[in-house]
Amino acid sequence: MEKKIRVLVAKPGLDGHDRGAKVVARALRDAGFEVIYTGLRQTPEQIAEAALQEDVNVVAMSILSGAHGHLFPKVVDLVRKNGMTDALIIGGGVIPEGDIPALKEAGVSAVFTPGTPTSEVVKYINENVKL
Amino acid sequence: MDIAEELLKGNRLALSRAITAIENEYEEATDIMKKLYPHTGHAYVLGITGPPGAGKSTLSDKIAREYRAQGKTVGIIAVDPTSPFTGGAILGDRIRMNGLTLDEGVFIRSMGTRGSLGGLSHKTADAVKAMDAFGKDIIIVETVGVGQSEVDIVKAADTTMVVLIPGMGDDIQAIKAGILEIGDLYCINKSDLDGADKLVREINMMLDLDSLMTEWRPPITKVVASQNEGITELLDTVEKHRTHIEGNGQLAERRTKRTREEMLDILSSNIGTYIKGKIVDSGRLDGYVEQIKQHETDPYTVIGQVMDEMLK
Amino acid sequence: MSNEKIQAELEKYEASVEKAIARFPEREHLPEKRLYTPLDIKDTDYADELSFPGVYPYTRGVQPTMYRGRFWTMRMYAGFSTAEESNKRYRMLIENGATGLSCAFDLPTQIGYDSTDPIAEGEVGKVGVAIDSLADMETLFDQIDLGKVSTSMTINAPASVLLAMYIAVAEKQGVPADQLRGTIQNDILKEYAARGTYIFPPRPSMRLITNIFEYCSKNVPKWNTISISGYHIREAGSTAAQEIAFTIADGIAYCEAAIKAGLKIDDFAGRLSFFWNAHNNVLEEVAKFRASRRIWAKVMKERFHAQNDKSMKLRFHTQTAGSMLTAQQPNNNIVRVALQTAAAVMGGTQSLHTNSRDEALALPTQESVTIALRTQQIVAYESGLADVIDPLAGSYYVEAMTNKIEAEAWDYIKKIDDLGGAVAAIEKGYIQKEIQDSAYKWQMDVESGARTIVGVNKFQMEEEPPKGLLKVDEAVGERQKAKVEAMKAKRDNEAVKAALADLKKACQDENENLMPHILAAVKTYATLGEICNVMREVFGEYEAHVSL
Repeated sequence: MEKKIRVLVAKPGLDGHDRGAKVVARALRDAGFEVIYTGLRQTPEQIAEAALQEDVNVVAMSILSGAHGHLFPKVVDLVRKNGMTDALIIGGGVIPEGDIPALKEAGVSAVFTPGTPTSEVVKYINENVKL
Repeated sequence: MDIAEELLKGNRLALSRAITAIENEYEEATDIMKKLYPHTGHAYVLGITGPPGAGKSTLSDKIAREYRAQGKTVGIIAVDPTSPFTGGAILGDRIRMNGLTLDEGVFIRSMGTRGSLGGLSHKTADAVKAMDAFGKDIIIVETVGVGQSEVDIVKAADTTMVVLIPGMGDDIQAIKAGILEIGDLYCINKSDLDGADKLVREINMMLDLDSLMTEWRPPITKVVASQNEGITELLDTVEKHRTHIEGNGQLAERRTKRTREEMLDILSSNIGTYIKGKIVDSGRLDGYVEQIKQHETDPYTVIGQVMDEMLK
Repeated sequence: MSNEKIQAELEKYEASVEKAIARFPEREHLPEKRLYTPLDIKDTDYADELSFPGVYPYTRGVQPTMYRGRFWTMRMYAGFSTAEESNKRYRMLIENGATGLSCAFDLPTQIGYDSTDPIAEGEVGKVGVAIDSLADMETLFDQIDLGKVSTSMTINAPASVLLAMYIAVAEKQGVPADQLRGTIQNDILKEYAARGTYIFPPRPSMRLITNIFEYCSKNVPKWNTISISGYHIREAGSTAAQEIAFTIADGIAYCEAAIKAGLKIDDFAGRLSFFWNAHNNVLEEVAKFRASRRIWAKVMKERFHAQNDKSMKLRFHTQTAGSMLTAQQPNNNIVRVALQTAAAVMGGTQSLHTNSRDEALALPTQESVTIALRTQQIVAYESGLADVIDPLAGSYYVEAMTNKIEAEAWDYIKKIDDLGGAVAAIEKGYIQKEIQDSAYKWQMDVESGARTIVGVNKFQMEEEPPKGLLKVDEAVGERQKAKVEAMKAKRDNEAVKAALADLKKACQDENENLMPHILAAVKTYATLGEICNVMREVFGEYEAHVSL
């Protein structure tokens, strides 16, 4: 058996700041994960469908524009509706502390704010992913 | 859920889970494949290979759109290399196909080459079968074509297209030998760049040298995938090749040959796994190595003994 | 002291400190030599490489007087929510002594979508102000005299449309176009390479840009038609040398496109401006600013054979590095911004935006913006850094560093030339890959501790969650949508249709300058999205090249 953790790294919304998403994608690859990178300007529908087709274990999203409150919960909803009940959904970006409880409530299991080392993201996935 | 049953009913998540089972070599994969096998054989498989940067994903995207316009459903398997150092991979082909994500008639799956190069070709072949059983009319298998493993994957295709771009310089020399035998069609992408005609001439010269090519001379089509130029013409050549190999019995022959190779492949892989399990996991291998180190015996004698014992 | 003598003394010195320095292994990773001497700049000819301020190759500054005449323009980038809200913030900034405006637009505006477009959901008014039509632009500059203020607009793919709106508002105020001063960013190449708010493919994008060059040279002569930006390249993770190299390569591409379109270098080059990042390493940054001026002067003179001095002067705006702000202990950012400001000033910037301490957390509050502006004023009036021109010239280290960055940048420019220029290098993913590699290295250095970020990987402490962050009202999107609908019901829709049809025809004719057609369309209150959709139909959309 050759199980591998598969992670979808996506940028929902319109902001083009993908430095963080790309750095995380590389760090996850270097941690031995298979990373499906979908690039900029993805709608929640596209992200959920790509997650389904790729049968990923983790959906990792990054937003710097402030649209997280709107877009993250929508992705969670669609992914769950697709029957992917186990997939871990995590987010990162410029996200004020005050917004995090609502995001968690909505089903985003972890939110990583600026300054988080990539190793912490790797550790979180390894400890929480369901294979 | 019963993956095979759900897949046959058209459940996309089931198709996705089936491919995961194949990729991860879950035990249930064999059962799934058994149930799916009777429903395979309808899809036409197009292999697309070429060096990095040739624009294969963009091309796959445009080809898929063209097939969709013809009312056909499409499956795409995009294979990217796994890092030999970390075991991880970045699978980025989807970026070029984001516009297809929400088209229900298209299913895209990215695969890493992972460790087992030998096993990859049969995993890909099984993933193709899963998409075939799901009901896809056309299945595109896209790989970076440089090494032997990619050539093996492409063997799973009914028609193989080699994509090249102008201005690759010496690269083409290096891959010439490898691609000469596998291309049923040649596609010159980014043909608006300087050197496209020179490349066509070079490929033609290569083809002239191949005396075996009596029945089918691979056509060379110039396209600019990013501008959607030449795609219709390109698919015409696919259709021509298909008609050709259907007419002269080559398609049936290819598929028979493929079944044979697949069976041998699975067989030797299973035997290998069995033997490895016996001598590695039991610790016997370490013992043998120690003995060989001490010059008490030699590898050839040991292997003879093991084979005798295992294959009794 | 003769060079031989210095060499001998230097060797003695190095031998004497070797042992002592070996006791500090944590400082071992520093890349630069520990001591610079006249030997490091012995080949630097004063007349050829430095010369005087306002004199080729402008290493020491583009104006003869620099800050002994006027200070740089203190230009604060701002804009959020609706045009009404942003207008209030602009007027507050002007009252507080800001000397130029700098407009931030929200993402739908930057990518040419109306607020009513489904893709805009959740983004309207978030990172800047939403502008859907001329009506919003009129509100944005209400009671601001466009004949007096200089306005910088961070807008790229749809720059032509926003500029047209600005010209139309001015016309309504009675200000003729040839009196307008300001800048549009209009730099599409760095959008492909680093910032991501592109719309059209390179070819039509370059056409739009050269159309603007041509139109403005005749009609809006005081307008800076492009701000060729390294800022975002640096934010995406590049090194200092990469920042200026990739940006100057972009600049070369714009000049070549304009020349190909039939313009003469001296007709437009004087209106080109640049936009640099002020990063943390103060002396490296000063060297970078100086090197960039020298390279551009040489490019213009030797490559494009410019005759006019103005064409050879690299004028630049600076913004302090947003990516260097930390979410941890946000007040520390005030200090970072002050140091970055010092670098920009010692590097001779023409205008400066200083970031606010809370921008790693959210959009800045009014109080934070004021501190950021005061930082500039303190540097200008109290620090003495602006009292003499190019104060670090002659420093062995800074001169050597200037030479080094220049050499590195030339290497990159050559490589990009070999790849067929900046457009080809971007299409091949080369520039993106180089930036990503640097970004990844930076991150790994921070994680390994090789690079210290105070409050992030050293000197951390427990903190209360920050209070009083600015929050954009989520209802803004709905309000803006209603405004667009109301405006559409009021305007002459036949006139809009005719103007858009005319624009489409113009797009299809490659020899037609699009600016007059766009100006005509915005005057009918055609929306930004309607105008951009016409162009999308004809031009298609860019597909990003990503190679990780």
